Amino acid sequence: MASTTTDIAVTPEPEVITARRPAGALLRSALHLWRTRIGLALVVLLVAVALFGPFFAPHSPTDFVGAPNTGPSDAARFGTDHIGQDVWSRFLWGGREVLGMAVAATAIGLILGGLIGLIAAYSRNVLDDILMRSMDVILAFPQIMLALVAIATVGPQTWLIILTVGLTTMPRVARVARGASQPIVERDFVAAAEALGVPRFRILVGEVMPNTLSPLLVEMNLRLTYSIGLIAGLAFLGFAPNQNGADWGFMIQENRLALVSQPWGVVLPVLAIALLTIGTGLVGDGIARAAVGIDRSRGGE
Amino acid sequence: MSAPAPALVVSGLRVSLRGTDTDIVDDVSFSIQPGEVLGLVGESGSGKTTAGLAILGHTRRGAEISAGSVTVGDRDVLQLGPAERRRLRGSVVSYVPQDPAASLNPALRIGTQLMEVLETHSFGAGQSERRDRVAEMMREVALPDAPAYLRRYPHELSGGQQQRIGLAMAFACRPRVIVLDEPTTGLDVTTQAHVLGTVRELAALHGAAALYVSHDLAVVGTLAVRVAVMYAGRIVEMGSADELFHTAAHPYTRRLVAAIPHLSGRRALIGIPGRAPAPGHRPPGCFFSPRCTFVQPACEEAMPDLRMVGDKHSVRCLRAEEVRAQAGLVASAADELSTPEKGEVALALREVCARYGDLQVVHDVNLEVSPRECLALVGESGSGKTTLARSIAGLHQQRTGEILLRGTPLATSSRGRPREARRDIQYVFQNPYGSLNPRRTVGQIVRQPLDLFGGVENADRQVDQMLERVALSASYADRYPDQLSGGERQRVAIARALVSGPSVLICDEVTSALDVSVQAAIVELLAELQRDLGLAMLFVTHNLPLVRSIAGRVAVMSTGRIVELGPVEQVIHAPTDEYTRRLLADTPSLETATA
Repeated sequence: MASTTTDIAVTPEPEVITARRPAGALLRSALHLWRTRIGLALVVLLVAVALFGPFFAPHSPTDFVGAPNTGPSDAARFGTDHIGQDVWSRFLWGGREVLGMAVAATAIGLILGGLIGLIAAYSRNVLDDILMRSMDVILAFPQIMLALVAIATVGPQTWLIILTVGLTTMPRVARVARGASQPIVERDFVAAAEALGVPRFRILVGEVMPNTLSPLLVEMNLRLTYSIGLIAGLAFLGFAPNQNGADWGFMIQENRLALVSQPWGVVLPVLAIALLTIGTGLVGDGIARAAVGIDRSRGGE
Repeated sequence: MSAPAPALVVSGLRVSLRGTDTDIVDDVSFSIQPGEVLGLVGESGSGKTTAGLAILGHTRRGAEISAGSVTVGDRDVLQLGPAERRRLRGSVVSYVPQDPAASLNPALRIGTQLMEVLETHSFGAGQSERRDRVAEMMREVALPDAPAYLRRYPHELSGGQQQRIGLAMAFACRPRVIVLDEPTTGLDVTTQAHVLGTVRELAALHGAAALYVSHDLAVVGTLAVRVAVMYAGRIVEMGSADELFHTAAHPYTRRLVAAIPHLSGRRALIGIPGRAPAPGHRPPGCFFSPRCTFVQPACEEAMPDLRMVGDKHSVRCLRAEEVRAQAGLVASAADELSTPEKGEVALALREVCARYGDLQVVHDVNLEVSPRECLALVGESGSGKTTLARSIAGLHQQRTGEILLRGTPLATSSRGRPREARRDIQYVFQNPYGSLNPRRTVGQIVRQPLDLFGGVENADRQVDQMLERVALSASYADRYPDQLSGGERQRVAIARALVSGPSVLICDEVTSALDVSVQAAIVELLAELQRDLGLAMLFVTHNLPLVRSIAGRVAVMSTGRIVELGPVEQVIHAPTDEYTRRLLADTPSLETATA
């Protein structure tokens, strides 16, 4: 294996911190790990359910198909919910919103946080302190508290949920991005670009950022996992943008009172959220392991 | 010489990749007498560290010792079980690693760490005896034995002191065999000279057999009486240091000696073209044959055996007698240095001071470099020479005084300088492992200045031409830095610096991370480019002998001040400053090695 030959590449070369690992190669090597494959399969399955589920739903999510809280029958495969709507149809409809909002929120957090972290690490002066300390202030509040305050004030608008989740994700990404960039900005190739007078932004994006991709990819997966949980959690607390629409988080809240008599209304969305977050978590873990070259299944150290 | 029984006998040692036939090291045999230091010399990748570690019965991950024996006293280290081996290490066979700072535990006081070694191996009868031994060790390595000193943490010591602690730990239990793996790499010459002296004294004092692994033939020559030269996992020549330096019988040794800079008499340094074959890619026959000037068909058929060509002088070459008969070294007179243009000044420094926060590291430096002139700036680590070089390039902003490029003062920061000034002054960094972005191809890296300064018709062709100019082929453009050797990386860095046609080149210790033969090739290349392109060059180095091969004038820097400035011949032969004299005395070179 390649890593074996590098191990004995006889004299360790001084200061090889980051090897050349374009994102593509990194993902490929992550795919050699079973955890990544399983995680990816789960994510693909749940994303497929969320995206294409509505096409296979036997009923509209708001149709009444029977008495409330009845068990599985021919009309409703997984029974009906607390007001007599089809659980299976609502489940198939209910992933789009959670997933779409989580992806959008994570993207906002990743881009803003990544930039702030890079700028802070590269500035090496008072700007670093200002940026990172203000991130710390946001970090001091639990993510869900800030989201609740904003949504309780303005109301559960889709854009607001995305924005608050994105903005509260930002400082967490910023810390990782700064940590990953800090050893890179000290390296001589950055000084070489400075001596040439390469514009600052191009140094950041062209020289520094590509070398921080692996930790950022891992962080992206982790943050996606948390965003899904957070958005589903907000819906559970009643803050879903569409009060009549189907939403996995909202479904749990609606049907939890009938948990004993008609468990499917809760179990299906819980299972979906759990498998989705486990999936993204496994993918992130796989990438992280591939990035540092840990492969326990091979029986190394 | 009817010697006592050797303390260490290694025979037929073979280390290979686990589960394969590919060997990293094979057929390594030597013995060391008590109190003797054997030097093991080889370039990066030659397997010298692998061989050194195998003496402790240790291999790196993915490798295994597949044949041979390592006999210490009457025991074969390789036949022992893991527990017995562990007991042996440190007490009977010990090891001094390359990086002293990394091998000491930063969280423990040095006294604690020294006691720990003794306790682990149950040395002495009790606490007080061990404490006495710690004090004794400290005296042996010429460090204070006061309790207050022992309460220090590793970071409170200098690099040289840390390495002495490393030596003290290795010698703590009075081992019979000690393996030293390039322990002076990274130390400056004065400290290195002291550490080498300590090694020699300790080996003699304790009657320990020492194996000194190094890439630097000159260093090994000052320390060891006998030297073994390793190439591609084989010992190719073994003999007294004197014989190896003057009548080497293997073409590789000969080329290695020719690559060492001399203090006396200016001559060209000659690198070895090509690179050593890696395990698994070694040619049939003699491994050196593809790079050898003595090669004949028989060389390519089978690996020659190690055979005796003199009393205690053995060599692995079919034509050893002919190689040895060739008179003297393969020395050739150096090309004339380019004559500086009189009266013109490309780069001038006036009263330049530089500081880090409150600490002033450069004091009132005045220097001038003419077009077509190479000025060397020599000093030990911490002398401020790199800070000065970075100030010129606009990478160190806390400086005062004037830096003039053809009479025009320059801003402290590279960003504050006009585009022409940034293009005109180019900088080559010390460490080619850090100065190239691992995510960019060689082509992208070399192209960067062209894209930035613009006005170039055919950038790709320029890049290809520049790569060929630094003796890489255009095919390198698509490779990534981690696919290149250190020497190749430094060539890429030089290509990047020169591609935009600068008039001033600053080289900051550009060879200090490289092997001696690679260093020779890089200096050769720089000298040629400087001459051909008429560059004004500032060549920063800690290696005084190296200066002869490239520079006409030399400035010696100590604690931030220029203490001596003059023509190279004059500074080397008649130094006026005390510091220069000490630097010259401590620098390992062929002359001191064979004196």
